[in-house]
Amino acid sequence: MKRLFFGGIHPKYNKEMSTKVTTFHTIDPKQVVIPLQQHIGAPCKPLVNVGDKVLRGQKIGDGEGLCVPVHASVSGTVVAIEPRPHTSGRRVEAIVIDNDHQDNAIPAVTNDLPLEQLDSDQILHSIREAGIVGMGGAAFPGNVKALSAMGNVDTLIANACECEPYITADDSLLRTEPEHVLEGMQILRQVLKPSRLVLAVEDNKAIAIEKLRGILPNYPGIELAVLPTRYPQGAEKQLIQALTGREVAPGQLPVSVNCAVFNVSTYAAIYRAVRLGLPLTQRIVTISGEAIAEPQNFIVRIGTPFHDLIEVAGGLHDKTERVISGGPMMGFAQSDLSVPVIKATNSILCLLKDENGAAENPVCLRCGKCVSVCPMRLQPLYMYRFTNAQRVDELQRLNILDCIECGSCAFTCPGKLPLVERFRKGKQMVREANAK
Amino acid sequence: MKLTVASSPHIRGNFRTNRIMLDVVLSLLPALLVGVWHMGFRALVVTLVCVAAAVTSEWVYCKVTKTRNTVVDGSALVTGLLLAMTLPHTVPFWQAALGSIFAIVVVKCLCGGLGQNIFNPALAARAFLMLIWPVGLTRYVGVDGVTAATPLHHMVMPALPEESLQDMLLGNCPGSIGETCALALLLGGGYLVYRKVISVRIPAAYLGTVAVLTLVFSKTGEPIQWMLYSLLSGGVMLGAIFMATDYATSPATPVGQVVYGIGCGVLTVVFRYFGLFPEGVTYAILLMNALVWFIDRITPIRRFGTQKGGAAK
Repeated sequence: MKRLFFGGIHPKYNKEMSTKVTTFHTIDPKQVVIPLQQHIGAPCKPLVNVGDKVLRGQKIGDGEGLCVPVHASVSGTVVAIEPRPHTSGRRVEAIVIDNDHQDNAIPAVTNDLPLEQLDSDQILHSIREAGIVGMGGAAFPGNVKALSAMGNVDTLIANACECEPYITADDSLLRTEPEHVLEGMQILRQVLKPSRLVLAVEDNKAIAIEKLRGILPNYPGIELAVLPTRYPQGAEKQLIQALTGREVAPGQLPVSVNCAVFNVSTYAAIYRAVRLGLPLTQRIVTISGEAIAEPQNFIVRIGTPFHDLIEVAGGLHDKTERVISGGPMMGFAQSDLSVPVIKATNSILCLLKDENGAAENPVCLRCGKCVSVCPMRLQPLYMYRFTNAQRVDELQRLNILDCIECGSCAFTCPGKLPLVERFRKGKQMVREANAK
Repeated sequence: MKLTVASSPHIRGNFRTNRIMLDVVLSLLPALLVGVWHMGFRALVVTLVCVAAAVTSEWVYCKVTKTRNTVVDGSALVTGLLLAMTLPHTVPFWQAALGSIFAIVVVKCLCGGLGQNIFNPALAARAFLMLIWPVGLTRYVGVDGVTAATPLHHMVMPALPEESLQDMLLGNCPGSIGETCALALLLGGGYLVYRKVISVRIPAAYLGTVAVLTLVFSKTGEPIQWMLYSLLSGGVMLGAIFMATDYATSPATPVGQVVYGIGCGVLTVVFRYFGLFPEGVTYAILLMNALVWFIDRITPIRRFGTQKGGAAK
């Protein structure tokens, strides 16, 4: 198989677990918790007070600078504005709304102007006002990313690689509403004017690919790239390399190589915002793993606590060891299941103890597997040693800050070294030294 | 329910240390079996003595130093097996056992254990035995049971060996237990590459260098024959495939591995041509072992996002 980016691994994908149920369940939680920070940048300030009645789609928090608003995902009453557990592991100021189960929404303003009559500023404004962030996990404000890419992009990419095992949220979106994604791509094309518009998907999503091939003739100028499945293909730098052969220089953004990458869920959200006038108040979430009774995909209101979803999916196995927000390779393990689904939550993964898990006495054999799988061409074995030895100069020489924490090295390591964990410390040491 | 909060990744591959060691043992079996077939039962006993001494000494070392028992990782077994492969089947048992103990205790454990040692334990032990008992380590007996000169001894003269190339491939010549049958060694090496235990870079660079040097600087009028005999005689196959690829004592970077392989090849030919002994593989690899960290360090990093080596500004 042709390698389109460096390194990479083939974990067991386990995607079929969550695609057996082909319809989406929706869930109407008793209470939602809407964190005022669900994006990279400055947190929102609340626009409502405790006791206020709110409607679905109502803007309840906003702020200045690098910030996008948050919206109520249910109708009901604001019962608290206070720090609540967040998937990042910290407590984050959040607006708590008791659901009245009426689902009263603010009136949506639809827009069915022909594409060429859509105005860039208007589109960017709609994207911002809808609170759209990168939904693949990074959660960077969508309008800011699009704005910074204006005039500098020849390739606009829709990322549906979904290379993390277990997760099928983007896959389900493409199976059920591929038009929304393609419409969203056309809308962003109006803003960014790329010469190439490409939807990238890994070849393990046969049904989605078939659906897309069926409707693509209606969307001239959109190219479908079916890539050989390999982790971490969906990582931005790796995907750009796979599609264009270009390498984003260290510390640079995709726009430096004239590319912009958005997740397919983000495109669908852009379509809903611009055409249907709907803010981002729901998303598709995969709930999967060996420790959950009924793995499946949900359409989830933002702010729904994890435990509500887990309950509807049949509950956890007694021997559940980890519940992860995100994928098994890069997701965050959660200790408190009252954390809410936020805009960037694509998956809740429930895992039993991994028999191949971390060793009690990790030993580096110097086998060099980590070097051969690293998509950033780093030398994890030496980064590990020099982090342990606190040798900042050596870590700088080894370009440890280039590490994208994809976990390919730790996945492959026969000595079961805690590589990624250690590299976070090593990177911190280098950043502190650089700041001096 | 107690949920574990640990760093990603939350899943790991099933690539384990003892699986690697098992693959190495399996890959050595063909060459070992051919050795036993040609040299007789004593070759098997020597092998068992080496393995038993290696495993036991690691177990005792862990007991005495009150450290975690590391016998289960299988590396001591591999070290014992590899040492046996380098010994003539006539070697006194106690010398074989002493070699194993030296390999495990001095070369491996005292240097920090698995993955930490600088020198290949089996080869360092062989070098140690060679220095003290050169006679016992070089007394080779032919297939007919008579003390015989190995093909390499002929090549020192210099002359082409009496054995046919076919005999050399099949191991039908005097030599150490595991070094004679090139075909079996290549088979084992192929298996290790197929199982992704080793990369082909080090053996290819090593054997390629030996091939080129012996072809260009042939000592006889038949350079191609000379080259083929050079590749098939002595320990170069065993060394290139099984010794030079030892993880702990070889570079981890792809370019470093090629540089290292070439270095081993050059030194092997230099030692064979100009050295005291007919064979040079052991000392070539041991010398290169000492340079491994240095080689990895000077290997230019072709950083992602830069078109040429070196750090981007």
